[in-house]
Amino acid sequence: MLTINKLHKSYPIGDRSLHVLKGIDLSVKEGEMVAIMGSSGSGKSTLLNIIGMLDEADEGEYILDGVPIKNLTEKKAAIYRNKFLGFIFQSFNLINFKTAQENVALPLYYQGLKRKERQEKSLFHLEKVGLRDWAEHHPSELSGGQKQRVAIARALAANPKLLLADEPTGALDTKTSYDIMAFLQQLNDEGKTLLIVTHEEDIANMCKRIVRLKDGVIMEDVKVDQVRAEQYV
Amino acid sequence: MFDIDLWREIFQSINKNRTRSLLSGFTVAFAILLFAILFGLANGLQNTFAEAFVDDANNSIFINSGNTTKAHKGLQAGRRIQFKNEDYEYLKEDFGDDVQYITSRIYRNVTASFRNEKDNYSVRAVHPDHQYLEKTMMKEGRYINQLDIDNETKVVVIGRLVEEDLFLKTTALGKYLNMNGIQFKIVGIFTDDGGDNEERLIYMPVSTAQRIYGNNDYIDQINLTYNPEMDFDQALAFGNLINKKLKERFDVADNDQRAIRVRNMAEGTKAVGQMTFALGIIILVIGFGTLIAGIVGISNIMIFIVKDRTKELGIRKALGASPRSIVSIILIESILITAIAGYVGLLMGVGVLKLAEPMLETYFIKDPGVSTTLIIGATITLVLAGGIAGYLPAKKASRIKPIVALRDD
Repeated sequence: MLTINKLHKSYPIGDRSLHVLKGIDLSVKEGEMVAIMGSSGSGKSTLLNIIGMLDEADEGEYILDGVPIKNLTEKKAAIYRNKFLGFIFQSFNLINFKTAQENVALPLYYQGLKRKERQEKSLFHLEKVGLRDWAEHHPSELSGGQKQRVAIARALAANPKLLLADEPTGALDTKTSYDIMAFLQQLNDEGKTLLIVTHEEDIANMCKRIVRLKDGVIMEDVKVDQVRAEQYV
Repeated sequence: MFDIDLWREIFQSINKNRTRSLLSGFTVAFAILLFAILFGLANGLQNTFAEAFVDDANNSIFINSGNTTKAHKGLQAGRRIQFKNEDYEYLKEDFGDDVQYITSRIYRNVTASFRNEKDNYSVRAVHPDHQYLEKTMMKEGRYINQLDIDNETKVVVIGRLVEEDLFLKTTALGKYLNMNGIQFKIVGIFTDDGGDNEERLIYMPVSTAQRIYGNNDYIDQINLTYNPEMDFDQALAFGNLINKKLKERFDVADNDQRAIRVRNMAEGTKAVGQMTFALGIIILVIGFGTLIAGIVGISNIMIFIVKDRTKELGIRKALGASPRSIVSIILIESILITAIAGYVGLLMGVGVLKLAEPMLETYFIKDPGVSTTLIIGATITLVLAGGIAGYLPAKKASRIKPIVALRDD
């Protein structure tokens, strides 16, 4: 599903450069649910951005679903992002002037689907996250948990191969966090591959595998017994 | 290709971000409003200017005579110079194609009456060419013609106000006007842009006047226009040549300023031409200045808009928007707002000018207005301006890295 070999990335800071990723090797199979952990500055967000094609590595190899991701033009990156990836952000990143349904329909618009089709699909996915009745509401009228569900529905809408979540529960209280995790686990049960960046142990333990980063290298990569989130809900 | 979804996105964006759209629209509308008003005022000024000089053909030369002030060739000073028909013929024949129109003039004052109405008027006895020299416009009937001259017919052409004064509400054409006891047939009624005085004149054939008022061949003044293809220097030289030839003809000293006076309108025309030219440049500078200020304004707003939308555009990119679609939505939105707001500003400007028009006449501003061509031109300029103003920020927006845009701050 996803293979990364000897990935390096540095950022220029003034006239020096900061070496953020120092040779990362990582492989994720289909159907996995991986937590990427690390303190701030460990390079976990940078890694996720590279995987999400929002940023490009300086060195190393990155193959997604058999396609080498290298020297992408903006246009190609846009197509790959749309086709392969679904994003879930800490701050939801919904477009405020669009309704929940319109937000979910946006990736479908960029796929070039017809309006009617977009409408049907987006409503279907909203139904799936349990927000069918909130379709016509704007993000400002939704709670944090609801916003994240809309964001998840949006990430799912394009039917991506890989779901990338950057601190998906970072802005939510514990109960809502578990609620969202339960939902993500359910998606994983249905066969979706998930990559979740977090710094919370309890969230990480709800995944099936934990990759720990420190100072730009992988310290630990272990499979764990998944803690089901439902029991806390 | 018409992409209805793209337009839907754009309209939603404009509609849902009303403050932003109105703000940028307001700037554009205001710039164009100023542009239209300034342009209109400048135009009005130019109109006033042009009008002040339209009454007479501006390639005219007026020739008058007087008394000599210097003794010359054994002739004493104080001799009266009197133009006659032969002088008119001389100018007409000798200068050939250089003369466009030429006419003699005899001035008389008469008491004219019709039935019980009676008043004093100035009479000008003229040749047919006089009509073009004075830019006289016929309202009814005809002007003096060559047959009248040849036959010394007792006909007159009267001004619109003479008809109003004496004939009240009836028509004067074909009726007989009593002038100092002699009946003249009215063959035409004219109007003139030169003002009320010009419309209280009575024209008659020069030959008739000579027969009736003295039975001689004297004329008071000769007016002519030179070939309009002459440039300024040629026109001046032509005026000087006439002056010189006439002085020789009447044995007048070269430096005698009174005996023969040649007034050449070319001298004034040049000043008017320069003034109009300067005014035109001022108009252009004002127009371009305002437009450029407007474009800079739109540019600034577009930069602000792109900054304001950074996050939204980042989200769109993360969801698979191509750089091109980002440029499209920014650019089309920019053009749309500019075009609509610009047009509104233009209409408002034209409206303000229309409302203020009566008041402005006092300040020498006549018919302040912007032409249709200008409106179309300005609209196209606006759309282009919106495009240019929107393009760079849009291009910049399309290069926004989603991670930068989505960074939590």
